[in-house]
Amino acid sequence: MTRLARVSFAFLGVVAGTGFVAGAYAGSAGYGLGRLAHGEEIAAWNTDVRADGQGLPAGSGSVLRGEEIYFESCASCHGDFGEAVGRFPALAGGEGSLSDEDPVKTVGSYWPYLTGVFDYIGRTMPYGDARSFSSDDLYAITAYILYLNDLVDEDYMLSAQNFLENSLPNEGNFFLDDRAITELPLFSGEPCMRACKEGVEITSRAELLDITPGTN
Amino acid sequence: MDLENIKYFKGKKPTRRKFLRGALLAGGSVAASSVAATHALASSGADPAIVDKQPWDTRFGAGVDAAPYGLPSPYEVAVQRRNVPWLTADTVSSINFTPLHQLDGIITPNGLCFERHHSGVAEIDPAKYRLMINGLVERELVFTLEDLMRFPRENHVYFLECVANSGMEWNGAQMNGVQFTHGMIHNVMYTGVPLRLILEEAGIKTNASWLLVEGADAAGMTRSLPMEKALDDCLVAFKMNGEALRAEQGYPVRLVVPGWEGNMWIKWLRRIEVGDRPWHHREETSRYTDLMADGRARRFTWELDAKSVITNPSPQAPLTHGRGQTVLNGVAWSGRGTIARVDVSLDGGINWHTARLSGPSLDKSMHRFYFEFDWDGSDLLLQSRAIDSTGYVQPTKDALRAIRGKNSVYHNNGIQTWLVNPDGGVENVEVS
Ligand code: HEC
Repeated sequence: MTRLARVSFAFLGVVAGTGFVAGAYAGSAGYGLGRLAHGEEIAAWNTDVRADGQGLPAGSGSVLRGEEIYFESCASCHGDFGEAVGRFPALAGGEGSLSDEDPVKTVGSYWPYLTGVFDYIGRTMPYGDARSFSSDDLYAITAYILYLNDLVDEDYMLSAQNFLENSLPNEGNFFLDDRAITELPLFSGEPCMRACKEGVEITSRAELLDITPGTN
Repeated sequence: MDLENIKYFKGKKPTRRKFLRGALLAGGSVAASSVAATHALASSGADPAIVDKQPWDTRFGAGVDAAPYGLPSPYEVAVQRRNVPWLTADTVSSINFTPLHQLDGIITPNGLCFERHHSGVAEIDPAKYRLMINGLVERELVFTLEDLMRFPRENHVYFLECVANSGMEWNGAQMNGVQFTHGMIHNVMYTGVPLRLILEEAGIKTNASWLLVEGADAAGMTRSLPMEKALDDCLVAFKMNGEALRAEQGYPVRLVVPGWEGNMWIKWLRRIEVGDRPWHHREETSRYTDLMADGRARRFTWELDAKSVITNPSPQAPLTHGRGQTVLNGVAWSGRGTIARVDVSLDGGINWHTARLSGPSLDKSMHRFYFEFDWDGSDLLLQSRAIDSTGYVQPTKDALRAIRGKNSVYHNNGIQTWLVNPDGGVENVEVS
């Protein structure tokens, strides 16, 4: 699983850079506070899904079933084709737009991991009625979003087993915070105090836009 | 009878905005408005505010307990958080802004701390509050609020800045008001338990290196937090400025992640999962990653770079007094330490003067600065520039755009420019 390797590699990068030593904080019993969690309690809350697939529940769902749910519970805000209604976020489209003047960030164009989509819909959607979908429904909706982004065919069935085969197109285009190299050295050192430039010109004025709400 | 004064004030209060508009419109200049003020004096030259009896110096005011939880003076009714309605589709996933131009010192009053919710404000019954810690620990534990209060606690003042603060300004000067350009920040004293103690209570396994922190609201907000930060200075906080957290700030318990982007400060904190790699959830992939000009994106950009802004004068707080003694007032902060120095410019960055810091200088806290000068009534281009304890100097917006382009949304800590016109009115502008 190359993806797994990449995720942990990314993490190692962070750790190496910060001089962190794994064993150093193995704890000892402290104040005797709290109580042991019951298995049922952990199952109720521990529903997150990680990028390597940890937490994916058993189940499956088809694009067709996903379409039914989508039209019933999602299209009113996200649009029939995932193109978005009003200021709600778009879920599909935008491929190749990320370096444009107006990039469109969607599952197909921007998100790096499909697990995040599954996890997010499970914890928040449908908006205002969170945590109401079964695992099968979540697989179906996620399959449908893949379909909206032309990433699978209409007869596709998504499941716990084949989930990680669906890498998203933009996965490779994220990189770790590099400000320490690309910015901090540039933005350090004693700054100029006197006659720092020849003159100034106003290049942009908020008043011309007039989009600030009145404060009355 | 005892509440009469309050009623009287309610009927008469002038709104601040109307007053300012009136002042600026009257003749279009500050000079004219000070003339108007002079006219208010009686023909004898004596000020009626002094020679006339006033309701408050002749009649009883309100007795104790008129407001068991006190409120600001009715004259301060215009001091409010405000949102930008066109910005978001719905107020339950939206943001409002701290009125920086109406505040001073370094502490933000609880009721004025900006709000950012993804599914509205969770109203949690503290008796039903539970914090779970699970995953790579020796003991998966559940704590009640009472349990948390039995750990040793600490007090720290930290700023919380939404990393989208000033995000509307990447393309140029857009919002005409410091509340809207810089108001996604507040600075609060937290009382809480070091996260390290809670992790130690559960006993972290040796391969543990990341946490997933999760909120109990209907957005189930989650972020991955590296263990090193968790063990360093994070707090599990239950008090802000001495009182219980406000519901909109995470009551009864929120995570405090000093110096790092506000989205990670999970409100209504209900679960901490210990793991060995990051989760890459929606709020650290689709959102809160910084899109560069070439279409690639930075991730895990947690630390907030040093930043400052002049809060007065600013578009919502014009100079109404005319030429003469003038006070510049502003705030500065850095996610990497304290603020060592703030410089201000009156001429758009040609010449700089070192401002006066006043008030406590605390690690990862807001700092207050002032600069007093004699205004000759001509145009001013005001800027401020923070320098933090690491030597980092707040850059210009152009310098940031040269590296990141215009679409990164987050982490805009560029220098802000205000144009002060001779009439005292102030505009948000950018300069060359
Ligand atoms: C009432 C309107 C509404 C409905 C109905 C709705 N959503 Fe959403 N959705 C939103 C809003 C608002 C957001 C952004 C929330 C935020 O950022 O806090 C969102 C965000 C999302 C996102 C993340 C987008 C991104 O790029 O980060 C996904 C995925 C999503 N919704 C899927 C769904 C699915 C699937 C359904 C149906 C099961 C659904 N939504 C129903 C309003 C809605």
